[in-house]
Amino acid sequence: MVVRCSDQIGGPDRRLSGGDPVAKIVSIEEIAPAFKRYVVEAPEIARKHQAGQFVIVLIGEHAERVPLTIADNDPEAGTITLVVQEVGKSTMEMGTMKAGDPIQVVGPLGKATHIENFGTCVCIGGGAGIAPMLPIARALKAAGNRIVSILGGRNEGLIILRPEMIEASHEMIYTTDDGSFGRKGVVTDALKTFIEENGKPDLVIAIGPAIMMKFVALMTKDYEIPTVVSLNTIMIDGTGMCGGCRVAVGGDSKFVCVDGPEFDAHEVDFDLMMKRQRIYLEEEEIARKRYLEKHACKAVDGVEVS
Amino acid sequence: MAREKLEKKERLKIPRQPMPAQKPMDRIKNFSEVALGFSEDLAVLEADRCLECKKPKCVDGCPVGIDIPAFVCKIQEADFEGALAIIKKDNTLPAICGRVCPQEDQCEVVCVTGKKGDPVAIGRLERFVADWEMAQEGEVKMPELPPPSGFKVAVVGSGPAGLACAADLALRGHKVTIYEALHKPGGVLVYGIPEFRLPKKIVQEEIGNLEKLGVEIRCNFVIGKTASVEDLFLDYGFDAVFLGTGAGLPYFMGIPGENYIGVLSANEFLTRVNLMKAFAFPDYDTPVRLGDNVAVVGSGNVAMDCLRTAKRLGAKNVICLYRRTRDESPARLEELEHAEEEAIDFRWLASPVEIYGNDDGLVTGARVQKMELGEPDDSGRRRPVPIEGDQYDIELDQLIMGIGQGPNPLVTKSTEGLELNRWGNIVVSEETMMTSIDGVFAGGDIVTGAATVILAMGAGKKASEGIDSYLKGKATAKTA
Repeated sequence: MVVRCSDQIGGPDRRLSGGDPVAKIVSIEEIAPAFKRYVVEAPEIARKHQAGQFVIVLIGEHAERVPLTIADNDPEAGTITLVVQEVGKSTMEMGTMKAGDPIQVVGPLGKATHIENFGTCVCIGGGAGIAPMLPIARALKAAGNRIVSILGGRNEGLIILRPEMIEASHEMIYTTDDGSFGRKGVVTDALKTFIEENGKPDLVIAIGPAIMMKFVALMTKDYEIPTVVSLNTIMIDGTGMCGGCRVAVGGDSKFVCVDGPEFDAHEVDFDLMMKRQRIYLEEEEIARKRYLEKHACKAVDGVEVS
Repeated sequence: MAREKLEKKERLKIPRQPMPAQKPMDRIKNFSEVALGFSEDLAVLEADRCLECKKPKCVDGCPVGIDIPAFVCKIQEADFEGALAIIKKDNTLPAICGRVCPQEDQCEVVCVTGKKGDPVAIGRLERFVADWEMAQEGEVKMPELPPPSGFKVAVVGSGPAGLACAADLALRGHKVTIYEALHKPGGVLVYGIPEFRLPKKIVQEEIGNLEKLGVEIRCNFVIGKTASVEDLFLDYGFDAVFLGTGAGLPYFMGIPGENYIGVLSANEFLTRVNLMKAFAFPDYDTPVRLGDNVAVVGSGNVAMDCLRTAKRLGAKNVICLYRRTRDESPARLEELEHAEEEAIDFRWLASPVEIYGNDDGLVTGARVQKMELGEPDDSGRRRPVPIEGDQYDIELDQLIMGIGQGPNPLVTKSTEGLELNRWGNIVVSEETMMTSIDGVFAGGDIVTGAATVILAMGAGKKASEGIDSYLKGKATAKTA
């Protein structure tokens, strides 16, 4: 049984303890090919979540602990929103869950984004990285910043959360690999043009594939623009216990789960990080193939196998 | 069962009974428990070796002060239920402690029988009675609870310290909720200690017994993140908080090459295998990478667990690198012996100084420095000193750091006003276990630094007394 959120937040008796550790999926909707938006009833997390933080999700006894970014939270309703791209076995299996299904969620983990009025902030979101950017852009806008969002994807359909990002931004720039929407090219091309036309912004935040963040960091280093990236590495507990998520930042070993996930982009050793992200590539492929063979029918509806 | 008491001379003639165990070559192929436990006959025979000293030294040697001669005496009479009742007065988790306590440094080291021969196998007897109870049909007998006190206590962390504290608080009539960050309760008993040394079924049963006492366990809840210590008082209505968050911050050595793929902390390795069941990948989703040549740095219990786990996962060459000698090894003797039987390649007086990797970032080997023992250091142990020019290379597919853990800072850093020492451990009053914050208590590895299960339990138990007095004080203040 899930403790009702009304019992927990703002109600007459705010005292709570215990209850079942299992949260519940309120709704699932496909927002782009292989992208699903989950609203999850998790009142304590919804109440505490700040921009930049993440959760770890478990979908069953056999499951791995998957770190996922939080795209939105509603403390009143006691829900958080997760936007998940189906890339491997766990995220595909998660995509077959239904509203009302139990799910284990722990968080909010990691440090919150440092929010202040910097001036002009360029928020660069690539692919699934747009989801965690949304609460950050909102928080920066609320703090008085001018928000220029550069969103990139392979094609138009993969630039997710556009209406929400438009609302959180003052200016929008889009790039697609195939030129189907916005400018043809990658986000760094758009960033360069923006800087040449408008001068240097006060802050750049980039969230997306490691390779994208690496090239954003290289460019802004030349321009000497302070830049923050949010890293997504392999982790287990998310509380600083295993050290599997460690990255080299400024020559020191840092744990993404507790020291991050955000770091100074110019200090991150992206090459090492990309190597470490591939540790279990072989096993991920075994699990994915095995899952697809077992669930061949389910693969047809929605999951695109490339 | 009426039985003549044996004469002292007769008792001394009985040799210490060896623990039945799986054969080394069989057990390295499975994760089942290595030590199989005493039969009833063996237990009675071993118990007969106890001299029932008038001033038993063993009781002083036990961190929780179990009345050892009294329970051993009950075993002599084959009154196993009676024996367990005596243990449970001081120890709520006997099946666990019987397995993981370093008895050779505690109760057994001071045993009078052991002065001329081998000490009474107190730990094995403790384990025997706990297992005996679990094997009985029907419900485990639970102690009667006093009427509810009306007070609520939050216990942070469900490892040995938290479990012991929660049990004692429940027995004093307080309403206890345990908050656990991981998705299963038990802390190091579940994520750290492997199945072959402590079956998870045993941990589950002990935790189940705790729930029968009315203790509520909330998993997936990170104090410091999901709620702060302050929230526990203000929003959740707790009257006191116990912090038993343990030593959950892995140490690395700070040598070149530590970020190569295949270099990982003992915590990560053991958590993948024990908690996430990576040994059963792909039936379980979490994988673990191994290879033929595995080295573990360190020689404590955690290092032994890693070495023996790697062997069971199929590694061909499993090497232990320890900078001191076997004599200084902090591991429990039984674990060390078991590891030796399982053909672990122990390299004493050896320490890695650099880790090698290839262009793909994969670890390929390590440079090992030979050491010798020099002058004693602060801990009283002789300090390992590098022998100049004496280095060699080893080939490796994986290197596991089992060199210890620091206090996990998640709770301590997020709690304002909590006094810490220079290592980041929480400072407590020795008498009450209260921290610098009123109503907040702490115990276990988060206070002492990485130690043993039984010391953490002892601390949890002691804190429960402190908490109980604190709450009684509050009750008096209310009525006054």
